[in-house]
Amino acid sequence: MKQTFAVAIGGAAGQGVATPGDIFAKIFSRRGLSLNAYNAYQSIIRGGHTLLTIRTGAEPVTNMGDRIDLLIPLNQDTMDRHLKLLRSGAACIYNADTIKAGEAAEGVQLCPLPVSELADITRNKVAQNTLAMGAGLNMMGIGFAALEEVLGEQFKKKGEAVVAENVGVARAGYDYAAAHFTPFRNPLPKTEKRYAVLSGNIAMAMGGAAAGVKFYCAYPMSPSTGVLHWMAAHARKAGIMVRQVEDEIGVINMAIGAAHGGVRSMCATSGGGFALMSEGLGMSAMIETPVVVINCQRAGPSTGVPTKTEQGDLWQMLGAAFGDYPRVIAAPLDIADCFKLIPEMFNLVDRFQCPGLVLCDLLLSEGRLGVDPKDLDFNPVIDRGELILPLDSNGANGNGASAAIGANGGYKRYKFTESGISPRAVPGVPDHIHTAATDEHMEDGVLISDEFTNPIKRRAMMEKRMRKVAGIDAAVPPPTLWGPRDADVTLIGWGSTKGVIEEACELLNDEGISANQLQIRWLVPLHREVILELLKGARHTIIVENNYSGQFARYLRSETSFVPDGHIRKYDGEPFMPHHIVEAVKEQLAGKTHLSVPMHEIMV
Amino acid sequence: MATGVQRATQLTVADLKGRVDPDWCPGCGDFGVLAAIQKALVELQIPNHNVVAISGIGCSSNLPGFINTYGMHTLHGRALAVATGVKLANHELTVLVTGGDGDGFGIGGNHFVHTMRRNVDLLYIVMNNQIYGLTTGQTSPTSRVGMKTKSMPFGNIEAPVNPISLALAAGATFVARGFSGDQKHLTDLIKQGIEHKGFSFLDVFSPCVTYNHDNTYQWYRPRIKKLEDDSAFDASDWTLAMEKSLLWGDEIPIGKFFERTDVPSLHAAEPVLNEGPLLHLELRVPADVARGFIEELM
Repeated sequence: MKQTFAVAIGGAAGQGVATPGDIFAKIFSRRGLSLNAYNAYQSIIRGGHTLLTIRTGAEPVTNMGDRIDLLIPLNQDTMDRHLKLLRSGAACIYNADTIKAGEAAEGVQLCPLPVSELADITRNKVAQNTLAMGAGLNMMGIGFAALEEVLGEQFKKKGEAVVAENVGVARAGYDYAAAHFTPFRNPLPKTEKRYAVLSGNIAMAMGGAAAGVKFYCAYPMSPSTGVLHWMAAHARKAGIMVRQVEDEIGVINMAIGAAHGGVRSMCATSGGGFALMSEGLGMSAMIETPVVVINCQRAGPSTGVPTKTEQGDLWQMLGAAFGDYPRVIAAPLDIADCFKLIPEMFNLVDRFQCPGLVLCDLLLSEGRLGVDPKDLDFNPVIDRGELILPLDSNGANGNGASAAIGANGGYKRYKFTESGISPRAVPGVPDHIHTAATDEHMEDGVLISDEFTNPIKRRAMMEKRMRKVAGIDAAVPPPTLWGPRDADVTLIGWGSTKGVIEEACELLNDEGISANQLQIRWLVPLHREVILELLKGARHTIIVENNYSGQFARYLRSETSFVPDGHIRKYDGEPFMPHHIVEAVKEQLAGKTHLSVPMHEIMV
Repeated sequence: MATGVQRATQLTVADLKGRVDPDWCPGCGDFGVLAAIQKALVELQIPNHNVVAISGIGCSSNLPGFINTYGMHTLHGRALAVATGVKLANHELTVLVTGGDGDGFGIGGNHFVHTMRRNVDLLYIVMNNQIYGLTTGQTSPTSRVGMKTKSMPFGNIEAPVNPISLALAAGATFVARGFSGDQKHLTDLIKQGIEHKGFSFLDVFSPCVTYNHDNTYQWYRPRIKKLEDDSAFDASDWTLAMEKSLLWGDEIPIGKFFERTDVPSLHAAEPVLNEGPLLHLELRVPADVARGFIEELM
């Protein structure tokens, strides 16, 4: 089992959970520690209950884990909800003036802070938070200088007096812990690695900037709004036009308009907004104008649980818009992959002139991960496919795409080709005038749907578009099996469950049950033959997914006829923890059930 | 909306003839609108490869297929959203949006209001026939109270929208009304709308000879009065324009109701476009800027 340390900070929204979270995250990542942060919260601006868990360690940390080592409850409610989760070796630091500890398990250290004695609480409303941070870091064996540095940055804008006051309060907590509390058994290690800490939303936004996205638009919707926030804040530096639009119907149509004008164009939303975009996706496919749409899934249906995670939109993505058309769908595997996937997706949709859908979820969108800066490559391969752009005012192409191919009055925008890909000229290019129509059309763009309807032409154009599917299949790498080929159990997941399944496999292996993992990133195209080959001879297969009906299991069955031995599903709004999967695998291997639905023990 | 428009030599009406002839019913008002657009483009001599005609869905929305400019035939009600994207991607293009009253004021009503308040630099021409034509004659958002259609066989009981008042209230910076039966006047309004730097709204009475037997050419002719002929009228006076927009019945004003030139268009207001059209901006984020983005997270 890997050595990790998890700190959980809980309180009401508005009590300042985020700031200590950010500070811990900075201190851990600057020690060269990997970290994963998950915030369980509600759709409320003040009040309610939020619990931020930051798990860190010298080896890669990919999920929230199973254990809280340090609990910092900022109110009584948090104490009451979570103290009972602590196990031997863990500690709870709290404000002794306002919070009463409950009954703790054996070996759990209760660390009451006499807050009003240690700080002037009339001046500093969040003194308890700062004191607790100081105390916690002392117990983790981290020198005070690390906290002093981060507090300095945090409060720099508020002036030196505020910095000095906060450093003083933190110091008091740090020293109090040294005198009164027992340090954790294993001090937090230090490594030479360096990490950037970011959310999946920031990763996808930055991935877009790296991919050359020039147009981004959105309507605010949790949990996708973080993409809009990063884009808006960085637009002018990155040279991106960012617009907030009146609704998601406007979003998808505006994004397609910009793409049709010749730029890389992206938008993000959640399930409800995606539903409104559906008709627009069909337009993207029909006029063969590429666009990338991100769906950050949250728990549905309808408004659902806006601040909770789920993998419940797969069939919506598969079935979005009427009629048959080529599309690409991928689910990023972790937060670093949120970045990497976007340029890959743009290269595919530019080459194949179709919509590309990124199926993310709240867990990745709003979770945070320490990522090696080398994995945030702002110089990825950019392939814009067969694109004909107008010359700029200097008579050159602004972005290095192929030049206009001379006078060609016979240009056919939807020319029949073997690959199904027709060279795409955008408005402004001389001698390539055409109309892009959502009605079925001929090679030159003229509509066949009104008075010229012709079954032979309709069939030919349908087949031209659908020929692109073979090209997309070939362009996308197939999945691989991770772990021993002859394992006792094969866990199959898709997208954001990568990290937690990986850790469950490690834990199972530690317990003598060999486990391997098949994690699907590309959902469309699905590499049917490769998947069947990988699963052939698997001893016991279980599909793990964050939804009620087994959406991926049903999809896999529909595409391959493959039926797994069992299922592990969760649809309570919270992500899997490793032990949920481990225990479910064990009960299934013992023949007790084919469907496990783990109970989430943390009440948030 | 003449920013960066290049003047070609000798663009003729013949150059603007589309690949197919219009399939509108004989006598349809939309023929007159198409002809006026072609004449306006010729008079302004805008190279046709720098013009994009964008429509939604409906009889009038088939127009982009009938004119030899770049065209997009998008989704019902969505033309303005698509057109905003096109304009922001390459603001050197002249963008014309064409469609009907159902497309623009019904299903597309939300985009109509927001595109106006954004002052997107384009000309929006609505061929307003007060009926749904392509779906064979249902009540539209501009059908008069009492009008009998297939969807309201006992007469419309809902008040129609007033497109001119709505446009004025939503902040359109150029608001005009034309009549398909007056080519010269309509052509002039189209030219003004194209040249206006900002959102230009042009509502055109374009009679449906098949399904609307109430609002015919004959009904309009005696009623329409040109604002240009009224010496007391001033198109820079918003309140006066609003007052005129409410006239309906024996006297229906056409012409330019309102224009203001002191509001920057959307693309002019966004500094990202200071260096030129989005389309021509460098694709890659400069290395030092990218480094800064990552350092923020460390």
